Amino acid sequence: MNQSTALPRTPRADWSHLLARAHLDLWLSLFLLALVTLGLGVLYSASGHSSAMLISQVQRLVLGLIIMLICAQVPPELYRTAAPWIYGVALLLLLSVSWIGDASKGAQRWLDLGFVRFQPSELMKLAMPLAVAAFLHSRSLPPRPTTVFWTLLLIGLPTVLIARQPDLGTAVLVVCAGAFALYLAGLGWRWMVSGVAVIAAIAPLAWHTLHDYQRRRLLTFLDPESHPLGAGYHIAQSKIAIGSGGVFGKGWMSGTQARLEFLPESHTDFIFAVFAEELGLLGVLLLLTLYLALVGRGLTIALRGQNTFQRLLASSLSLTFFLYVFINIGMVLGLLPVVGVPLPLISFGGTSMVSLLAGFGMLMSIQTHRKLVSH
Amino acid sequence: MSIGPQDAIKNLHAERQDFLTRVLIAVTVGSGLVLVLLTRLLHLQVLEQDYYDTRSNENRLQLTVIPPVRGLIYDRQGALLAQNVPTFVLELVPEQVPDLDDTLARLGRLVTLSENDLLRFRDRLKKTPPYRGVPLRSNLSLEEVARYQINRYDFPGVDSVAGLTRNYALGASAAHVVGYIGGITEDDLNTLDEKAYRGTRYVGRTGVEKSHEHTLHGTPSTKIVETNAAGRPLREIDYRRGTQGVNLFLSIDARLQLAAEQAFGTRTGALVAIEPWSGEILALVSKPGFDPHLFVEGIDVELYKALNEDAQHPLFNRALQGQYSPGSTLKPLMALAGLDHGVTVPGKREFCSGKFTLPNSTRQYRCWKRRGHGRVDLDDAITQSCDIYFYQTALSLGIDAIHDFLDVFGLGRPTGIDLPGENSGLLPSRDWKLRTQREAWFPGETLNLGIGQGYLTVTPLQLAQMAARIATRGQGYRPHLVHATQDPVTGTVTPVLPEPLPPIVLRDESLWQPVIEAMQNAVHAPSGTAYRIGANAPYRIAGKTGTVQLVTLAQDEETAPELQEIPRHLRDHALFIAFAPADNPRIALAVLSEHSGHGGSEAAPIARQVMDTWLLNPETPSK
Repeated sequence: MNQSTALPRTPRADWSHLLARAHLDLWLSLFLLALVTLGLGVLYSASGHSSAMLISQVQRLVLGLIIMLICAQVPPELYRTAAPWIYGVALLLLLSVSWIGDASKGAQRWLDLGFVRFQPSELMKLAMPLAVAAFLHSRSLPPRPTTVFWTLLLIGLPTVLIARQPDLGTAVLVVCAGAFALYLAGLGWRWMVSGVAVIAAIAPLAWHTLHDYQRRRLLTFLDPESHPLGAGYHIAQSKIAIGSGGVFGKGWMSGTQARLEFLPESHTDFIFAVFAEELGLLGVLLLLTLYLALVGRGLTIALRGQNTFQRLLASSLSLTFFLYVFINIGMVLGLLPVVGVPLPLISFGGTSMVSLLAGFGMLMSIQTHRKLVSH
Repeated sequence: MSIGPQDAIKNLHAERQDFLTRVLIAVTVGSGLVLVLLTRLLHLQVLEQDYYDTRSNENRLQLTVIPPVRGLIYDRQGALLAQNVPTFVLELVPEQVPDLDDTLARLGRLVTLSENDLLRFRDRLKKTPPYRGVPLRSNLSLEEVARYQINRYDFPGVDSVAGLTRNYALGASAAHVVGYIGGITEDDLNTLDEKAYRGTRYVGRTGVEKSHEHTLHGTPSTKIVETNAAGRPLREIDYRRGTQGVNLFLSIDARLQLAAEQAFGTRTGALVAIEPWSGEILALVSKPGFDPHLFVEGIDVELYKALNEDAQHPLFNRALQGQYSPGSTLKPLMALAGLDHGVTVPGKREFCSGKFTLPNSTRQYRCWKRRGHGRVDLDDAITQSCDIYFYQTALSLGIDAIHDFLDVFGLGRPTGIDLPGENSGLLPSRDWKLRTQREAWFPGETLNLGIGQGYLTVTPLQLAQMAARIATRGQGYRPHLVHATQDPVTGTVTPVLPEPLPPIVLRDESLWQPVIEAMQNAVHAPSGTAYRIGANAPYRIAGKTGTVQLVTLAQDEETAPELQEIPRHLRDHALFIAFAPADNPRIALAVLSEHSGHGGSEAAPIARQVMDTWLLNPETPSK
């Protein structure tokens, strides 16, 4: 630590020094800031120039950034020891929403804590990689069958609860957060192949447990033109928005699909369509670049992780973030069924913003709490 | 969890190596997924951009057509003859109404729907394409509009439409000139320019409304409006200004038209008054008239049947469709023909015994005056309307010369007035008879033609035009009704120039004089057939009466029966042609009074009232 004083006091060094002292990662901070700024611009346009919505989003953003800052201060070791507790609390909260949850849009996902309403499933998005990483950290790797069994139980319990809410999108993300950690911990290829086989086998059974609207979404996805005015309307309008944007876009605040209310959910799950309509292919490429830069930086941090827990946590968070982006864009482009996954850090919405930034806080913590050890 | 954290021996190096490999695999898979997204984006945003751009525009853009405001019709002094008045019409779009009978029944509880309204609606329903609104009730009261609007959500496909309808100030008095408009039917759409008539509800059906439809209608404005998903218009994207319908100033003088109409009283017939130096129609009456408003919103079947079957045929425009024998009103023309061919010499006398026989024939042709006129010259013959004199003239001229001369005056051909449905009358000839009757022309027919009877028929309009051409001594202009047009926006008035016709040139210019003088004597000389209107006239009138027999007397019948003894429909038609002032003609006219008797007593007084109104009233602008 005393080496910093030896360095010449250039402004830039000063700046990174300051960031390092605040446990902030320069690259993640830069990319996040760029993405969030872009997001606010599009949200303003997509919400129909609603400054109320913009302010509310900024408030959440500030809250999220504060939480990210706090998360970055906590040393990774503390996360590892606290992981079982966090997981336990998240599981209890999930159980409690089944009884006292607030039904919003026909699904029980919300928990009203009086001062704030939030979704326990969002907390599980963080608790899951934490718990799996912490659990595998203390096992010999590659994992033995018993370890795999316990890990699958860790993953399966909350997933079932979330899927029953029902929130298919989050369930997928939570399951994948755990699965990524398991995979990166060196899960045998045979396990993975048989896993895929089991999923394929139970998929038809799962069909019967789906809600009507979920089945409709899947059917519509398979044949979108069959309901051009019904369920397919959503995706048809989304494609019109994106396609009509062209290479250069219609210009910021000049998109017609969202402003004229042809595109439903234009400020939440389908905000990418507005983005593509107004900023065109070039804007989309910039957006994708920023997302991939964040994922890349996250994976770099993971590769530099100082122990199994850090590596698994960082890589799981990064890959889940990528999956987040892929599912949302794929859904808006009509490549995936509509499963209610927001565009991370851009869609209007509460707890996903906070949980995502908290995740980035953890990545920063891993990056900035590295002890200088020789290899 | 039997295995504690410290139990396993970790191979750190191998574990890190495996981790790196697995991250790289994940990155590869991720790159593949990103590639899928990019391909899709490229497909949507580059390859199919045009398609989606069109879809996006279709989504948001809506074409609205604003129909033009129909041009107004004024008389020559600027009095409104046809104007637009706001109205509320209850309209049904057939294809949007789920249950028509039920809808009509329920609507009947909100607004008054008469039996006629429903009949008319059913009738129009058959003639209208299903996507166009069919009017059910017009002239809704504000209360009815309010009552409907409150309940409008129970009535899909029904709407109360604010629009403009037409009001005709002179009503029945000018219906045959101004005409009327009517709702556009399916048949109309085949003939009309669909683009220009998008949004238009009416089209001219008869009269000036029909003949000047193109000028009066204008072209619609189109507006491309951006709408939201709910169809609410938000912003105007494009506006293409159409043109409003052009206002027309007719040559008709409303005062004169009303005076003429009143002069007829209960008589039926027609009157046409022309300004001889321009061909402008000053008044055009066909009696009886009809209320044009009955037709604007579509007449109901019963009423139409009644009008159509009325023995007096109110819908029939006698002035240009009625074809009558001109009778003695033809005599000035016969005189001119005789003079031009040198068979008639002014001052030379013929003897009228009241009877005339062709050589080698026993058939007698009578003068209207049983006892005969005695020795008459040209002037007497016209003044007293001697038939025998003109039998002689006709015989001398022969059918061919008569035909050719009358042809120059335009008989047998439509005048080309800007009104629909004009008839041509009939100018017989040898050819014509051979063609249509497969018979040779008989000399007796020439005699009949000489006094304006027989095959020859003319329209009152042709008669008036004939009078006008005598008045101008051969000059002539095509009869027309539009005096000027007016740009509805700038108010600029553009006069319509008269269209000159080829002049009628006689052998000698001076030959007009004896005929015009004789026509004046017919009015002003005590022996004249129209003396009753000329005796106290403050200006000189040149005129000629005509009395057209509808039944020929039997050869052995010595005296004509009294008027009252004949059934009305067989009574004589009374005719009169005139122009005045005789030395500086400002009005030429023809009057036909059906089944009323003598031209001098029944038709001439009508003409006198009209001429007085035109020539004596200080309001009349001097030309």
